[in-house]
Amino acid sequence: MKVFYRYLPLLLLAIGWEIVARLELVSSSALPPLSDVIASWIDMLKSGDLVSNAGASLYRGGMGLLLAVIVGAALGIFMAWWKPINVLFGPIVEIFYPLPKSALIPVTVIWLGFGNGSKILLIFLGCMIPVTIGAYNGARSAEQTLVWSARSMGANRLRMLWDVVLPSAMPELLNGVRTALALTFILLVSSELIVAREGLGYLIGFLGANGSYDAMYAVVLTVAFLGFAADRGYQMLMHRMLQWREQTP
Amino acid sequence: MSSKPQIDIEKVSHIYRPPRGRPVLALENVSLQVQQREFLALLGPSGCGKSTLLYLLGGFLPIETGAINVNGEPVKAPGPDRGIVFQHFALFPWKSVRDNILYGLERQRMPKAERLARVQQFINLVGLTGFEDSYPSQLSGGMKQRTALARTLAFDPSILLMDEPFGALDAQTRHLMQGELLSIWQRTPKTVIFVTHDVQEAVYLADRVAVMSARPGRIKTIVDTKFDKNDPGVFKTKFFVDKVDELWNLVRDEAIKAERHTS
Repeated sequence: MKVFYRYLPLLLLAIGWEIVARLELVSSSALPPLSDVIASWIDMLKSGDLVSNAGASLYRGGMGLLLAVIVGAALGIFMAWWKPINVLFGPIVEIFYPLPKSALIPVTVIWLGFGNGSKILLIFLGCMIPVTIGAYNGARSAEQTLVWSARSMGANRLRMLWDVVLPSAMPELLNGVRTALALTFILLVSSELIVAREGLGYLIGFLGANGSYDAMYAVVLTVAFLGFAADRGYQMLMHRMLQWREQTP
Repeated sequence: MSSKPQIDIEKVSHIYRPPRGRPVLALENVSLQVQQREFLALLGPSGCGKSTLLYLLGGFLPIETGAINVNGEPVKAPGPDRGIVFQHFALFPWKSVRDNILYGLERQRMPKAERLARVQQFINLVGLTGFEDSYPSQLSGGMKQRTALARTLAFDPSILLMDEPFGALDAQTRHLMQGELLSIWQRTPKTVIFVTHDVQEAVYLADRVAVMSARPGRIKTIVDTKFDKNDPGVFKTKFFVDKVDELWNLVRDEAIKAERHTS
């Protein structure tokens, strides 16, 4: 019931949309009625177009993000704990940070072509930055006495990084990953819109160019929902992973 | 008592280099010998370098001038022969009480069944039975320090380094913990180096109290404080009161100097 009231404004928006479109207050090509959009969504689901394109997109996004999390977390932690790594990679991260990653779309296409590779590389490069920065800041905040405690109990340096620095960095690292998750969707759809032969972004562009606005809206809503669901799921995961922080005496 | 000291600190000096600002001479020419199974308190005003000396002994800071030998071997790195307990507990906040205490035993590669039995034994010893699955954030200060103590005792270091371990606790808890530490120490053959700025605590717990001077830290004098601590009226005995008085006089001048130094 609480959930219902929370999302009531969305329901009102949907009803408003339907009314405005049905009364033709706006042209149907600009805003087709929601019921038509839902009908095309069901059609596309049945034909398999939606599933195959969503599959391609999720694969690219998932792979790019996964690589970014693994490499970014390792890089951030080593940058915080090993000076030479910081000296080497610090300036690169700094320069790369403000660059709009979508500018790299043509570059990655030249390198790796129109397929999965260029999208995965783009997402990997773009998402690595917030993960690296989160891991770096988190790792630097690891308490000296925790590190010393682990060392005195027999942990070697690498073990100490894994057992103490990584968990200490976790709250900030996980926030970085959340930013990266949102960025994944942005980079995914924009790169697929520009150069791709499949994927949800490609489908939006293709349907729009062909005037199938009902179907185009259906895909846009699908992307919006996937993004929302991913963020929600992620927040639940994050909450579970950081349960130790909660104060419940 | 063996003639060869377990801990031999020889003419150690240490310069503290803060990230910003001028280097400070934290310790100057400190020499100190501690016998096996001895309880030694390092007493001094804040900023006198007593914690620095403890960290050097623990192998956490590099020894630049002088030498520290433990059991005849020079100290090079931290090791499980020297367990440490910090003022602010330094528990792993993402691990439960049980897993915190398990950590050292895992690093020592103790077999699992043995490990679990030993953890329970130490949880019981420090009176935390029933709190095995609690996280540190769910515990009071005293319980956190009991956990930290159990964690360090469990992997059985021959030397216990304690850095103002009861300094963050309220007066009653502190008093209770002092009594418990004393009774644990009397039952286990461990050497204890106990850093404190509390004169009564030093006299109550230690066999000897090394008084340190204000910055740069030097050992000003060492006072023998060995007497029967199990007497329930210990705090009212003439010996205790006299020793506290003697040490307080020694420390007061240093505290005043330290106060001028910082303000």
